[in-house]
Amino acid sequence: MPKLDLSRLPFFLSFLSVLFGGIFLLTATFLAGSVSAIVPHTLPGLNGLDLSPYRMDMVGDVDSSRLNPDKYLTDTLPSSRRVLPDGRTLRIFEVYAVNKEIEIAPGVFFPAWTYNGQVPGPTLRATEGERIRVIFKNLGDRPHSMHFHGFHSADMDGSHLHQLVPPQGTFIYEFDADPVGLHLYHCHATPLTQHIHNGLYGLWIVDPQEGRPPARELYMVMNGFDPNFDEENEIYAVNTVAFHYNRHPILVKQNELVRIYLANLLEFDQINSFHIHATFFDYYPTGTQKKPRDFTDTVIQGQAERGIVEVRFPYPGDFMFHAHKTEFAERGWMGHFRVLPEKASK
Amino acid sequence: MDKEKNSSLTTQLFFALIPLILLAGVIYVLLSGGPTKIFQTDIPPIEKLHVLRHTLEKDTILLDCINSGPDAVTIAQVMVRGAFWYHEISPKRTLNPLETARVLIPYPWNPGEPVGIVLLTSTGLTFDYEIEVASLTPKPSMVAFGRFAMIGVYVGLIPVALGICWFPFLRRLGKRGVGFFLYLTVGLLAFLVFDAVTEGLKIAENMPSNFHGPALLALGLAGAYLVLIGIETRIQEKRGGLKGGILLAWLIALGIGLHNLGEGLAIGSAYVIGELTLGAMLVIGFTIHNATEGIAIVVPLLKEQPKLPSLIGLGLLAGGPTILGCWIGAFTYSQAWSLLFLGIGAGAILQVIFIIMGRQTLSETLSLINIFAMIVGYFVMYGTSLLVGAS
Repeated sequence: MPKLDLSRLPFFLSFLSVLFGGIFLLTATFLAGSVSAIVPHTLPGLNGLDLSPYRMDMVGDVDSSRLNPDKYLTDTLPSSRRVLPDGRTLRIFEVYAVNKEIEIAPGVFFPAWTYNGQVPGPTLRATEGERIRVIFKNLGDRPHSMHFHGFHSADMDGSHLHQLVPPQGTFIYEFDADPVGLHLYHCHATPLTQHIHNGLYGLWIVDPQEGRPPARELYMVMNGFDPNFDEENEIYAVNTVAFHYNRHPILVKQNELVRIYLANLLEFDQINSFHIHATFFDYYPTGTQKKPRDFTDTVIQGQAERGIVEVRFPYPGDFMFHAHKTEFAERGWMGHFRVLPEKASK
Repeated sequence: MDKEKNSSLTTQLFFALIPLILLAGVIYVLLSGGPTKIFQTDIPPIEKLHVLRHTLEKDTILLDCINSGPDAVTIAQVMVRGAFWYHEISPKRTLNPLETARVLIPYPWNPGEPVGIVLLTSTGLTFDYEIEVASLTPKPSMVAFGRFAMIGVYVGLIPVALGICWFPFLRRLGKRGVGFFLYLTVGLLAFLVFDAVTEGLKIAENMPSNFHGPALLALGLAGAYLVLIGIETRIQEKRGGLKGGILLAWLIALGIGLHNLGEGLAIGSAYVIGELTLGAMLVIGFTIHNATEGIAIVVPLLKEQPKLPSLIGLGLLAGGPTILGCWIGAFTYSQAWSLLFLGIGAGAILQVIFIIMGRQTLSETLSLINIFAMIVGYFVMYGTSLLVGAS
């Protein structure tokens, strides 16, 4: 009977050790994930219902010291004024384009192209008939422009290739504040969708000379973001930060007139919508007419469409407002008004 | 000179360490900056997230994820069916390469519906995961163990046993009949090898790329083949030649057993995550398909006098591992295991094929009748596999 040949044993032993070592490593890695257990919290509701599975929400909050939707709601861009020889007012704004990373949802960062470091860009506001001068500096790393909606001469349109402002370049736009209404400005550089989507847009408001009735005024830009560049929005919001006004409700008083300057700057999607709970509002499309078109609680806006909403809340409490295109609401376009009782708030 | 001889071991060790020391030096230089700047670009970090497995409990979705890319990934938010949803992540949101995390999403999922989940990272990249059909994940319990054992029995053990029951019939065939069935077996086994490799590559496709699934499959295949060749050679040397068909039958049973272990793993894990609904038709399909495996085992024994216990033993070795595979597949994550065992099974079967075909000279082996038998065997397997399209 021939003896067992041991000379080849080391080969088999080393082979086996590699095999089982590999199996062990793989198992260890794969099982590591299933070891850590999380105990889910419960959220008690009516009759002992656990509400925790129903929390359509994001986790965490954004750092609002860098980008604050609450400030955007009420702030306009400061301007300087001069009186022209013919007695008219010349209003001067300074706007610059700059790249800035912004937090569009808790923990989600987007490399935005901005006007004055914010998205939406600052709200420019003037009175009908004023002469407007916008000193635009491009501090970004590619050509940009400003294109205003409203009456102006061809050389002030900011839309043609030869009107692109190069990096470090400056251009001064001049035109009359005309017509009355809620308008827009945005970058018209190519590729157009990307320049607008990346954050280069803002409100341009022309007030009537006699003014509008006193009200609590709020600026709301419905926008969205496509952070993975698949030409579909993953995140929707009003004033950039998803669910911001859910986490930080907007305080208003019972029965006070609230005027919302509402615009839709969404790219990639055809329409957007705006719906307020438990009240109805007057809607003035583009803010150009004195008579409201609708008395409603839901309004639809296409791309670049905008209008003025005038609303009163008859009851105190928390009331939702959101896109009634509900998939947008579920992806961040949802907020709350907190209506303070009339007596307590006086 | 003598000194050198005395310290030969130390010197040898020193020379072995030189490349390692130099490698450590190179890594140190790279990590301490300097030359890495050459490789730095404006390209953002490459993020890769892979969901290894999901678990569905009542009103809760659990995902086990691994960072399979070269850079850290932070899971910022989670979307379920297009809506952002509250969730918790343990142990932490930021995963370094090869780190794992468990995402817990309290969500009112409905049985029978697909659930699409999107993990949104801090840089805005999205990683999609689809639960094809939501169903409660069985927890390891006596009942569940019993149920998966039954699946294994129906899919693995019973069919193989049924196949072995052809033994008396096959014995009554003449010498030519036996030869025909031996090469029919080669055809059956060849199908199993091909099937294991294609199924393995399918599994490999769904694995994180840095686990190199195809390489794992090849490791199992080549490893099993070489080890079995080694064992067989040793036994031959010891016994002075392969004695009859008994050893061959055991080797075939071992190969099929390993194959069925891999198959059980795949069935168990697919069943658990709802990708496979084991309807009556599918079980019947598996039964018919795997019955042909039983034939393969007993064909080498036709000229022997095997006792009943050894026939039972062969059946258990070939069919039993399906039960084990179902358990492992159902209760632990098993893609890699499945792949490895499919590879090992394929290697073992391949070795058996070579033994059978190496018994005669090439011209004898490749006679027209043998080739015909092999094609018929392959086709029988192919035909019965049509009944188990989902596996």
